[in-house]
Amino acid sequence: MIAIDIVGDEDLELLLEEVASVYGYDFTDYSKASIKRRINRICLIDKHKSFTELRYKILNDQSYLSRFIEEVTVNVTEMFRDPTFYKTLKEKIIPQLGVNSFIKVWIAGCSTGEEVYSISILLHEAKLAHKAIIYATDINPTVLETAKKGIYPISQMKLYTENYQNSNGTEDFSTYYSANYDHVKFKEYLRKNVIFSTHNLVSDRSFNEFQLVICRNVLIYFDKILQDKVFNLFDGSLESLGYLALGSKETIRFSDLNLTYKQINKEKIWKKTR
Amino acid sequence: MEKNKINPKIEILVIGGSAGSFEVLLQILPKIKFDIDFVVLVVLHRKHNSNTSIADLFGNKTSIPVYECEDKDSLVPGNIYFAPADYHLLIEKDRTVSLDYSEKENYSRPAIDITFKSASDVFKEKTLAVLLSGANRDGANGLKYISQNYGTTIVQDPNEAEISTMPNEALKIFEPNYILGFKEIIKLINSL
Repeated sequence: MIAIDIVGDEDLELLLEEVASVYGYDFTDYSKASIKRRINRICLIDKHKSFTELRYKILNDQSYLSRFIEEVTVNVTEMFRDPTFYKTLKEKIIPQLGVNSFIKVWIAGCSTGEEVYSISILLHEAKLAHKAIIYATDINPTVLETAKKGIYPISQMKLYTENYQNSNGTEDFSTYYSANYDHVKFKEYLRKNVIFSTHNLVSDRSFNEFQLVICRNVLIYFDKILQDKVFNLFDGSLESLGYLALGSKETIRFSDLNLTYKQINKEKIWKKTR
Repeated sequence: MEKNKINPKIEILVIGGSAGSFEVLLQILPKIKFDIDFVVLVVLHRKHNSNTSIADLFGNKTSIPVYECEDKDSLVPGNIYFAPADYHLLIEKDRTVSLDYSEKENYSRPAIDITFKSASDVFKEKTLAVLLSGANRDGANGLKYISQNYGTTIVQDPNEAEISTMPNEALKIFEPNYILGFKEIIKLINSL
């Protein structure tokens, strides 16, 4: 059975306003349908019987806030997801980055880090890692702790190895991690050039200039107005001729960037043309 | 079987299908008449990473424009949309699409239940939903939810469905407006 929503449209609006003003986490411009679903899901999982109960818990128990943020923001990710995307990165984009004396990459919304290790592997294989730095950011400090450790369930490795091979990866994927019982730990050298840090795309500013900004399956949770704002943030964070990479069903089509960015192949990678 | 008259002002036809539904959709979609004035939205479980575009596959067989949804696309009446593989699809009040890459539901992404509920929340009694063949129980609860919200519901006749699990799961938990074979489904859609 699908339960009737515990949190309705007006409740949602009230709650998001309050969370923004009390805690500074602003979800008011998130896509309404998805955030409403996430919040109603929290009510079911944590057994809040009414909106009042949920609201009281969030506003009066600060320790619950991190759980709320973790559940509201989606943290599902995988290594080398969409192999053709990584193939294009590997064959078309990374070699281009190599001409710079210093390479700066920003992975925005890196979640538990699977993409970070994927990109780090590509940079190592291209022998560019020594002059590269990856800024890996997320709104949620808890997932960044996981990302820093680089420890993942061994059960995922079959899929990740397949993805890696399908992206034209030629090494033995298992050389990148050591296995221990039911988990693997990705090798230390893969995170040597990575800086993990919290960054909120809604409220924080640009903090550097990059040649490549990767932000995949994050913008789908934002409404069009917030998407636009974040596109401008990315634009301001990209060097001219830099690249912006999005998730496979995301697009800059509805934004101003559409005029000054050129799409690479059929992948969701755009080059800033000025 | 006909429980009550269909709402004449259908604004969305949402179809959920899994194993054994692809062939049925190849029968149904090309026969939908060209000048429909409602949105057609299909949630079909299928393999991620397939190279052929589902929009091209079906687009070649019908004169109705067929799209695979991208994030924030508007659902325009007269068009057929497919939920993209490996994303849940939700509908906003302004009838744009929000994609979602959260946990699978009923072992499925896209989950039919999620889109059925979302369609019902937006289009309410102007929703017509069809649940086709499949080997799991996704869609049953969503279809019931649509029915409770006064939408119109159709379950593919389990005797005809290649895999009857999905239609049967729905019939276990509520009584839809119609149980039909694909030919009657086409007839009903074209009578709207």
